[in-house]
This record gives sequence, C-alpha cells and structure tokens, in this order.
Amino acid sequence: MDRFFHSVTLNKELCVGCTNCIKRCPTQAIRVRGGKAQIISERCIDCGECVRVCPHHAKKARHDSLDMLNNYEYNIALPAPTLYGQFNRLDDIDFVLNGLKSLGFDDVFEVSRAAEIVSDATRQLLSDGKLKMPVISSACPAVVRLIRVRFPDLCDRVLPMASPMEIAARLSREEALKKTGLPSEKIGVFFISPCAAKVTDVRVPIGIEKSNVDGVLSISDIYPRLVGCMNKLEQVEPIAHTGIIGVGWSSIGGEAAGLLNENHLAADGIGNVIKVLEELEDEKLQELDFIELNACAGGCVGGIFTAENGYVARARIQRLRKYLPVSCNRLDDAGGLNRLQWTRPLEFAPVMTLADKVEDAMRLMGEIDDIAKGLPKLDCGSCGAPTCRALAEDIVRGLARDTDCVFLMRRQIQDIASQLSQLEGSVPSGDMAEPDLSRRGGKPE
Amino acid sequence: MVFWERLPGEMTMKLHYEVPGNDFTRAGEASGELKLKLKRLGFSSDVIRRMTIAMYEGEINMAIHAGGGVADVEILPDRITVVLTDNGPGIPDIEQAMKEGWSTAPDNIRSLGFGAGMGLPNIKKYTDMLDIKSVVGEGTSLTMTVLAG
Repeated sequence: MDRFFHSVTLNKELCVGCTNCIKRCPTQAIRVRGGKAQIISERCIDCGECVRVCPHHAKKARHDSLDMLNNYEYNIALPAPTLYGQFNRLDDIDFVLNGLKSLGFDDVFEVSRAAEIVSDATRQLLSDGKLKMPVISSACPAVVRLIRVRFPDLCDRVLPMASPMEIAARLSREEALKKTGLPSEKIGVFFISPCAAKVTDVRVPIGIEKSNVDGVLSISDIYPRLVGCMNKLEQVEPIAHTGIIGVGWSSIGGEAAGLLNENHLAADGIGNVIKVLEELEDEKLQELDFIELNACAGGCVGGIFTAENGYVARARIQRLRKYLPVSCNRLDDAGGLNRLQWTRPLEFAPVMTLADKVEDAMRLMGEIDDIAKGLPKLDCGSCGAPTCRALAEDIVRGLARDTDCVFLMRRQIQDIASQLSQLEGSVPSGDMAEPDLSRRGGKPE
Repeated sequence: MVFWERLPGEMTMKLHYEVPGNDFTRAGEASGELKLKLKRLGFSSDVIRRMTIAMYEGEINMAIHAGGGVADVEILPDRITVVLTDNGPGIPDIEQAMKEGWSTAPDNIRSLGFGAGMGLPNIKKYTDMLDIKSVVGEGTSLTMTVLAG
C-alpha cells in the first residue's frame, strides 16, 4: 500500500494559485509553485483544512462510491453517528439504518456500538493504571497523524486502541461470516464517513496491520439517495442498539464524557488541538486523566464529508439521544481488551526535521536565518510559501528563489532602476553627451 | 525579541531572548520558540523536553521574582546551554530555594497556579549541569546545560 496515500488531493484545473490553503495548513504542507498548489505528501495529515478553506473547490478529498457494492456479495454499512444529525425532524435512528438497507446494504452495524465498547475498554485501561497519563484519544485519525509528525514525545501517550470504525468493521464482518457462510473477500464493509482522514486511515492504517473496512463512503455523497430511500420506507425494523454514550462520540466531548470520569479535557479545531498538545509536551496538564482531541471544529459533526452544518447536526443528535439508554454495549461483546488493542506502536515520523544529523541541520538553519533576515517578515504568502521563514527554507533547499518574494523583487527592480538612472547621469560629459547635430555636416572648422 | 548570531566557522548557534517581567501570558514564549528550533534541528525528544521545561521554569521565575530578564542560549551539536540573567532582588539562601515546595511567590501569583516551590528543583532535575550565581539586591544568573548525543 502506498505509504504516501492521501485522501486530500488537488484538482489542478480549478486551482488559481491563491494563498488560502497554504496559510491554513497546520503542518505547512502546501506550497504554490508555477501558479498551482502542491501538497508535500509526507507532511500532510489529511485534516481537510485546505478542502474546507479553498474558495475554488480545487482541494478535494477522495472517497469511494456506492458502485463498489457490486464487487461484493454481501454488503455491510457502518454509519458514523454523525450521520444521524444530517436529517431534519428525525426522531428515530432506525429510519436511517433501515434507509441504508434499502439503499443496497444487506446489513447495518452502528459505529456508535463499537464506540461504546471502546469507552468501556478505555475506562478499564485507565483504572488499571498501566497507561502513561494523561492518555490522548486515538479516535481522530488527523490528530494521530499530527502527533506522529510534530510531537515525538507524545506518541506513547496515544491510546493504543483500534478506532470504533475498525472494531465495528471486525465485529460486523465476523457476524456476517457466520451468518452467510461466505468467504471474507465476498463481504464488503463500508464506513459511512463524515471524515476524509478516515479514507487514509483505511488505506494506510496506524496501529494495526490491515483495515477491515473495504470502502469509505462520504455522508454528503450518499445523502440525497439515502433521504430518498428513507422517505419511501414502508416499514421500519428495529436495528438500533446504541445509547447516549455511543451516539455522543459524534461531537467534541462525547468520547471523554463516556469515561464517566470528570478528569478530562476535550479540545476541537486543529489550532486548539495544537495548543493543547504543546502544553502536554511541556508536561503541563499532568493532573488530567484523558485528553480528547478532534481536528474538526465541533468534533466529527464538523467533518468535511458532512451535508449539514456541524452545530446544527450536534443539536439534532443531542435531541435524538435524549430518550436513549446510557449505553448498550460492553467490552465483553468484543471478546476482551486484547482484541481491541493496537498491534504496532505509534512511531514518530520526523518529517519536520531539517536534516538527519544535528550538525547538518544547524548549518541549514544558519543559512535559513541568513536568508530570512532579508525577507520582509510579512508572511503574505505571495511567494507560494506560508511564511517568510518557510520561503527561506525552500530557498536553502533549492526549491525556490529569493525573487519569488514580491517585495525582494520590487527592491531589486528599484535597485536596477536607480543604477540605470545613475548610469545615465554618469555618461561622460562634453561633446559625446549630446551630439550637436547642427555641427554635423556643417562648415569645416 | 529574538536575535540570531551564527559564529563564522564554528558549529555554534546563539540566541538571545528578552523575557518580559510584567506579562505572564508571554513568559514561556522564549522556551516555546527554543523548543520549535530544537525540534527542527533534530535533537532527541528527551533533550528537547528537559531543556525547554527547565528554561520555562527559569523564565517563569524571572517573571515572578525579578521583573523579567534575558535568556542567552548556546546550541552545540552535543549540548545546549541556557543562561538566564536578571537584575532582580537575588536569592538570599540558595540551598533553601532549591528545596521542593519552598516558595516566596506572593498570593496573587499563586492564584495563577504558579509559586508551588518546584521551579528551581525542577530545573535541577531536568538539566545535566546547573550553576546559580546570585547577589542579593543585584540579581541572579542561572546557567543550565543539557547534554545531547
């Protein structure tokens, strides 16, 4: 599998080379070169900020399509709880789950069920006291990838547990194997996702060998057809089996609340997430047990694959879960803790380091500083780099030139212009200066 | 404020920071900036953590007790040294000040969550070398070194 696979991609034709995305990227992973944005693959964490901010819709996040269902004999839908917040005046989750069935799925397994299992497992792990505290949630794939590239010291604090999506995929696949007798490759498992990073997470997973999910469908993509199916439902069979905790995972604070322990912090929005991680790295916040971090504002309801405003969706889910039981799923339903835990540790990927050896990095940083001193420090982005310092670094690496800076360019043009006018003033005086045309061909002296 | 100096021909980097004395929200800025630089330079996370936490504690001390000061950082491939210098009241009894839990921070500072008496003990704990010079009425200078590699 391609190590540098990313859901987030660029449609070159639509990109006008503006600076919106480069300024917004939390890992400075985008440059505009030759009038088009480029993504530095190893730095991208698939947070989707650039997709959100691009006014020209040139940034896109890839996802799979419903046609993929044709590749399998038995298809399972794994709806993220965020899906329930997309519908106006919905009062029963079963309408959505039955709608998915009539859309073409043979079975539905709510991801919120697995979320309750993860909540139960996390409560157990926290009370066992074997984890380094405070523990950081591993539920948001963009946050886990952010930690991997920017916070080496925090890698061992990330909850080493498969995501609710993965656990739902495994449990539902196991059920289907038993029920249908089909071989595993004939069973298609599809996550109905609010999140672009989940597409990457399925293709290039972290913590586990291989994902049990076969395809990731975008909520906004299937939304119109799903609404059509829901409107035509004649009967609604009871499928839903989740409580307040599981459904609550869809917005920020939901996972933390599921720990039934008030000693936690929950932060959303990639900028706020970075601030919290910086504090954690400096060994502050030691008094907390658990840190929930969501890259999107509001949590998963704010994901870029959603059809509805995240805050509206959150309000609807709040109303929807009012009459649900607290929780319907326990760790035992998944066969115990060791079946949920990561099999591979989260390893730091030093993509932001200047060079492998400190000496080389110091030399590079010195050169970058020398160049940065001459730049205007406006961080305007016109050169295609997000900051003047980033341009200086690109120049040192041979990826950009100082004249990419419009201000340096203007200064150079001014210099040339003033040199020209100086040159003009220094033309030798005397007859050569202004040839006296009247003398030409005149009377001989 | 940051000034950069690169000594010609030597593998040394020097940084200079002014640490404000009246603004707690900005105390810690210098160690935060140093952290980013050390990360980019590829120092081990253990070295970065110890150096920046020790420097942070020192910055806070200068902000609380001395009305601010200056931080001079010297980075070499095998060690990082931070010298914090202030013109504050000085430390009358360094041995006492090194004890965990001993603090002379006033109540208004404690109410901000500082002044737990762990500043100097933490600096000692996290650094490989620590030298404190202090003259009452003149000021204090802390030289702290973390060895790398």
